[in-house]
Amino acid sequence: MDNIELLINLIYALVAALFIIGLKLLSHPDTAKKGNFLSSIGMLLAILVTLLHKDILSYEWIIIGILLGGAYGAYKAKSVEMTQMPEMVSLFNGFGGLASLCVGWAAISGMNNFVLGSTGSFVFLSVFISILIGGVTFSGSVIAWGKLSGTLATKAYIFKGLRSLSIAHLVGFILVGALFVAEPDNGLWLTLAILLALSFGVLATISIGGADMPVVIALLNSYSGLAATAAGLAVGNTILIVTGLLVGASGLILTNIMCKAMNRSLTNVLLSGFAQPRASTEKIEGEISTMDPKDAFYILEAAQSVLIVPGYGMAVAQAQHVVRELQVHLEKNNCTVNYAIHPVAGRMPGHMNVLLAEADVPYELLYEMDAVNPNMENYDVVIVIGANDVVNPAAKEIKDSPIYGMPVIEVYRAKTVFVLKRSANAGFAGVDNPLFFKDNTQMLLGDAKSTISALVREFGDE
Amino acid sequence: MDIIYLTFIIILAGFLGFELIRKVPATLHTPLMSGSNAISGITLIGALGASGGDQNILTTVLGTLAVALASINVIGGYMVTDRMLSMFKKKKDK
Repeated sequence: MDNIELLINLIYALVAALFIIGLKLLSHPDTAKKGNFLSSIGMLLAILVTLLHKDILSYEWIIIGILLGGAYGAYKAKSVEMTQMPEMVSLFNGFGGLASLCVGWAAISGMNNFVLGSTGSFVFLSVFISILIGGVTFSGSVIAWGKLSGTLATKAYIFKGLRSLSIAHLVGFILVGALFVAEPDNGLWLTLAILLALSFGVLATISIGGADMPVVIALLNSYSGLAATAAGLAVGNTILIVTGLLVGASGLILTNIMCKAMNRSLTNVLLSGFAQPRASTEKIEGEISTMDPKDAFYILEAAQSVLIVPGYGMAVAQAQHVVRELQVHLEKNNCTVNYAIHPVAGRMPGHMNVLLAEADVPYELLYEMDAVNPNMENYDVVIVIGANDVVNPAAKEIKDSPIYGMPVIEVYRAKTVFVLKRSANAGFAGVDNPLFFKDNTQMLLGDAKSTISALVREFGDE
Repeated sequence: MDIIYLTFIIILAGFLGFELIRKVPATLHTPLMSGSNAISGITLIGALGASGGDQNILTTVLGTLAVALASINVIGGYMVTDRMLSMFKKKKDK
């Protein structure tokens, strides 16, 4: 190792430390911003010191690449609406995957016959894996992005033979992998590997329904890290290996949290598209009572404590700002207002928290499901805004419901429940909701934003 | 690279990742995802050699494409995470 290379590796160790401290500081809202900053300094150092490497002879293409990518990234970061974060994160996951695929491919396309002959099969295996994971991440993320942005239909797309097609892909991976490692200079195996990876990514994501999207995004996030690790193995770079694993682990943990919150295993989420959904035999009987905002206002005016449960519908209606206005009015009226966030509310982990933060709701008012459930009886009014499955008592009461066993926010135990909803139809998962038929439930039908605005006006008129 | 040494790195980094992330509260899960998105842009480091190595055209094209894509992740990811984290506020003192 010459001096420059020694310096590069020393800096890499420092960079790894900065990433680790950065992630550690992310564990509290007060320090998170500093953590993100430290991590970005680490990235900058890593890039600058790598440019000193003797293998890097010219800079024009690097600069063009960074400028083009950086400009687009900066534009997206500035212009994205907070409600669109899930789309943006999945799109970025996809870019990360494609970048790793390219790095893996470039690792062998840059080799001449002599180098190819003297390189061990471990490197070729790493190249193959980075192409595989990178490709799956890319095409999977593009499909996820399409579903989240509404470009593609959000429901699970299932067809006959999906399962056998997936198994054929898995067998194909092993076969093509073996052939590629044996003959890395044969373009056919390389092409096949890329095509297989891309089509598997599409196949695996297209069969997953919209309500399971938080799991898919977290999993693809993990893959984008693992793809970087594989690319690091392919080009023999430690910082890529270490950093990729940090991201990979982070994605896996989030995936696990999401799965637990739905009481399903990861296999169940990934493969549920392959099984036929069971038809519910029990029909829910009862009457739905509706209420208009004026009457709802009288109840809210008398309430001492209110719990707000937001869901994806709040994001769709962009209602977070009027929700905050309602909170201010209620607080002026000497009423305590809390928020309860289900782990899978919205379309990505933490989605609701960001939207409420955007509307200036202090994060201390936000509670997790397990914190509010024991005190549910103490709330005079619960306002459910565009959430359905996460407050569905069927998860506790109806044994053959598809969501039976999923932990839910038990709003039906509060004194009064307001459900703000467009119509009384089944939710995203297509499951009927007995909550709507409970005696203490009042439906406020219509667009969530205009309903809450109406409530805010009632308070203002006083 | 020595395969034993690599195995050590992989095991230790994996465990470290799990320990670090487990402590992140649910409130910060979205910034965590966009932040780790930015960090996964570390692929950029691997792409630099291919883009600036004066090798054949295919390698330069692949490398530059990877540099551009990873730059989107790095710059976009850090900026949007910062933007989000600026929104998280404590209750104002009364």
